[in-house]
Amino acid sequence: MSRKIFAFLVLALLLSAVAACAPAATPTPSNVTLTFYYPVAVAGPITQVIDGYIQKFQAANPNIKVNAVLSGGYPDTLTKIQTTIKGGGTPPDVAVLLSTDLYSLVDSDAVQPLDDFVKAAGGDSFTSDFFPAYLANSNYQGHIWSLPFQRSTPVLYYNKDLFKAAGLDPAKPPTNYQEMVDAAKKLTKADGSQWGIEISSDGIPYWLFQSFVIGNGTNVVGKAANKVTFNDPQVAAALQDFADLGSKHKVMPADVLLWANMPNDFVNGKAAMIWHSSGSLTNILKQAKFDVGVSYTVGEKGFGAATGGGNIYMLKGIPAANQAAAWKFIQFMTSTDIQADWSINTGYIPGRQSAMSSQAMKDYIAKTPQAAVAPAGLKYAGAELAAHNNAQIQKALGDAVQSVLTGKASAADALKAAQTQADQILAPFKD
Amino acid sequence: MTLHSRTTTTKKERRFRIGTAALPYVLLFPTVLFVTVFTLLPSLRVLYDSLFIQNQAVKIPQFAGIDNFTELFSSASFHDVLFNTFVYVLVTVPISVFLALVLALILNRKFRALGLYRLAFFYPTVLPMISAATIWYFMYTPGYGLINVFLRNFGIPSQSWLGSANLALIALMILGIWKQTGYFMIFYLAGLQGLPHEIFEAADLDGASTIQATRYLTVPLLMGTTLFVTTIAVINGFESVDQIYIMTGGGPNNATSMLLFNLWQTLFSFLDVGKASAMSVILIVVLLIFTTLNFIFTERRATYE
Amino acid sequence: MNNRRFASRSLNTLGLVLLGVVAIGWAIPIIWTFAVSFHPPEESLSASNLWFGTQPTLANYATAFKIAPFAQYYINTIVIVFGILIVQLVTISLAGYAFARFQFRGQNILFFLILLQLMVPSSALIVPNYSTIRQLHLFDTLLAVMLPFFGSAFGTFLMRQTFKTIPRDLDDASKMDGANWLQTLWHVYIPPARPAMIAFALSSISFHWNDFLWPLVVTNSESSRPLTVGLAVFTQLGEQGAQWSLVTAGTVIVVGPLLLLFLIFQRQFIESFLHSGLK
Repeated sequence: MSRKIFAFLVLALLLSAVAACAPAATPTPSNVTLTFYYPVAVAGPITQVIDGYIQKFQAANPNIKVNAVLSGGYPDTLTKIQTTIKGGGTPPDVAVLLSTDLYSLVDSDAVQPLDDFVKAAGGDSFTSDFFPAYLANSNYQGHIWSLPFQRSTPVLYYNKDLFKAAGLDPAKPPTNYQEMVDAAKKLTKADGSQWGIEISSDGIPYWLFQSFVIGNGTNVVGKAANKVTFNDPQVAAALQDFADLGSKHKVMPADVLLWANMPNDFVNGKAAMIWHSSGSLTNILKQAKFDVGVSYTVGEKGFGAATGGGNIYMLKGIPAANQAAAWKFIQFMTSTDIQADWSINTGYIPGRQSAMSSQAMKDYIAKTPQAAVAPAGLKYAGAELAAHNNAQIQKALGDAVQSVLTGKASAADALKAAQTQADQILAPFKD
Repeated sequence: MTLHSRTTTTKKERRFRIGTAALPYVLLFPTVLFVTVFTLLPSLRVLYDSLFIQNQAVKIPQFAGIDNFTELFSSASFHDVLFNTFVYVLVTVPISVFLALVLALILNRKFRALGLYRLAFFYPTVLPMISAATIWYFMYTPGYGLINVFLRNFGIPSQSWLGSANLALIALMILGIWKQTGYFMIFYLAGLQGLPHEIFEAADLDGASTIQATRYLTVPLLMGTTLFVTTIAVINGFESVDQIYIMTGGGPNNATSMLLFNLWQTLFSFLDVGKASAMSVILIVVLLIFTTLNFIFTERRATYE
Repeated sequence: MNNRRFASRSLNTLGLVLLGVVAIGWAIPIIWTFAVSFHPPEESLSASNLWFGTQPTLANYATAFKIAPFAQYYINTIVIVFGILIVQLVTISLAGYAFARFQFRGQNILFFLILLQLMVPSSALIVPNYSTIRQLHLFDTLLAVMLPFFGSAFGTFLMRQTFKTIPRDLDDASKMDGANWLQTLWHVYIPPARPAMIAFALSSISFHWNDFLWPLVVTNSESSRPLTVGLAVFTQLGEQGAQWSLVTAGTVIVVGPLLLLFLIFQRQFIESFLHSGLK
């Protein structure tokens, strides 16, 4: 009996040895599930549009499943991802985050460089289609980290009917700060029922302020992630220009104006011109009972604006199979047709230049010519404020802007204090 | 002392039989577990973390003693935070409590519309603060917000409530008072109904006016209620965060940044664990003082009853 | 004396009328919100067009439901609130019974430990509690929102107080009948404690229904997000500026049912708040 058992054991051992030596069977492509976080900052049935894209992607890639999570606003999405990684949890595979979140994400070791993927997709010939202004926030330490997905710039909306009534040429919106002030003076009624211009400074005060700065020929940030230039005479002049609108020229209420209320003031005729996101166009057109003009924001020397909005990132630490799938998804979401469709649905500017010449976009622009203005203005755009510990840096500049607009400090003093604060915050980061 | 076992106990009953000595501990175990894990240990943890520097630049916590605290107390923006918090509390508490008492005094009678009045003043308590803040954000809109429309009837021009460094905190305080006064009013109404009639009849016979009766009789008799609602109001003030999140984000220029909001922002936006823990310690100490006082006073009042 | 009484009565009536105006003022915010939710989205709000607009419409509600999963938020909130309540009712009954009827070593220490929860509110502990939830791998779950509240110091003391009022004779009689502790608790102590438990329940439900900061911190997706956070996310559609008719519709969806319940059960709500306050 024991001999039979012995024989059986030997046979089993031999068989398993043979099996172990056999070459591993080529793995059949296993199913990959991607988690995709996307924040929402615009109204509209966004989840349905995203779900539509995902259906399309899944149909073309049957072994990839995408689980999309609407994760709140941009700050919430960033927080959730950063604290997940800090806490040792599993981050999503792909996420849409602000283009300016880059340094904070790299600091938290949260994102994956896309160099190899981009190279395999054609390198420069792949990236050259994206608007250069939008790629500016994707590069750091010699790597490319994200691709533009839903971008915007501030634009100047103006009420053509009110222009005509004030004797201004509605086809000639202001091309620099002085012209804007002159036009605004003609458009302001002394009783306060109509203001020439309204520019908000709550929420993310630095964003619209950057238009003054870039339009003044400079910027508050350069290519370095650990250096910001708040304390500069031209920046101070830009801030003074902003404050003067209310305090000196009296063409704007002298308070911190709220972003949320600007479009409403514009369509009610309370403000003849406003600065607002290019993405507000659809809603403004829906409610305005007058001819709406769109132009560019200005500084002393001419047009200038900071870019804004979100890029699509691949998170780090996801398995290799997921990375390949995530790249496919990223390519899909930044493809010409999807970008054009997303832009038409949301009001964001497409990341790709070719999206502007797609048929869908051409038809849309034929119906809504104002939509062509913002993308054409990207040549005047500069980099949005981004640095290490971005939230605190942006708050430092934002507080400075608000303190000057509420008359609590002079431009020079406020910016000096903000610079000191920023230097302190950035000191530990050696780039 | 153990229970005498009965020969006819079922298996189910035997399963629940625990020795009397161990029983209270078993009964308390769930509560003690949750309070330990989610109150006791975190309180100690916060104290511990506040002594270390840990933020986006310093990933591995570095011991820093009381540096986090000294940095906080020497920073201008934290001064603003403390100032705003104390102003908010010092203004909203007396006004809410006083207003609640006055409302209760006027409404302390039986009449048909009492339910309607009570409803009108009390319903804000039922709303989540997040929705109340959304509604009031709308109310404060310059131009067509109801507050400004109302003020225009008195010749006061439209104000940018949430955009003005001077008015923003006042705007939040008005919201806070609107939200909690009805809640306190209910307590005063109950308290008033519990007061003995004889004293007031005696005072009336003595020729005391209503005002005198209120001042020398009603208010002192309601002291317990007053202390109770005052403490609730103080705690509500220190825990204000929902309305700041929705309405101002702490601005303009830190004019409405308050302790709990700043704590949340420091941890979740700035990822500064050390500073956020230090702020938590400060918040706990302040609240500890007030809740201890509340406990002492209400326990004392309970023993009188 | 008649003059004085007349004067004081007419003063009272005047006071009530004035108060009526104030009461209407107090109620206006929700009335206005309700009206604007029917304002057509194509018409902008202005000083001359403040209420229902030229033709009231349900379009805002339709859009609101398309944009945000309010039904899911309702389900999440109900699960959270009643999940917490059920566990609390169990823990506070057990703990209250222990403190009310037993003498045991370390009694006072445990009493003060639980007292700590009354003195240190959970909002001051979000930093460490958040990391505890992470360590337990419970981030973005309904359980994460509920867990810290399963033990309730307030409820424990309330039950202790209530149980102490029950005559010991009933307890002894029950034991002599051969009942074990659970049967005694269930048959002797719980029934008379029902009013206190209902008061506690209403207080717990309203606190957790309206809680915002903790759920904001530990939830991330619609599957666990409650109404408060859902409303905040909904109103943060900030890129395009405020669309008040839409935001007010969302607000009505969130608070409408709550207010309706309150209207129907007004007296019970108010009495429970009173009861919970007077320890």
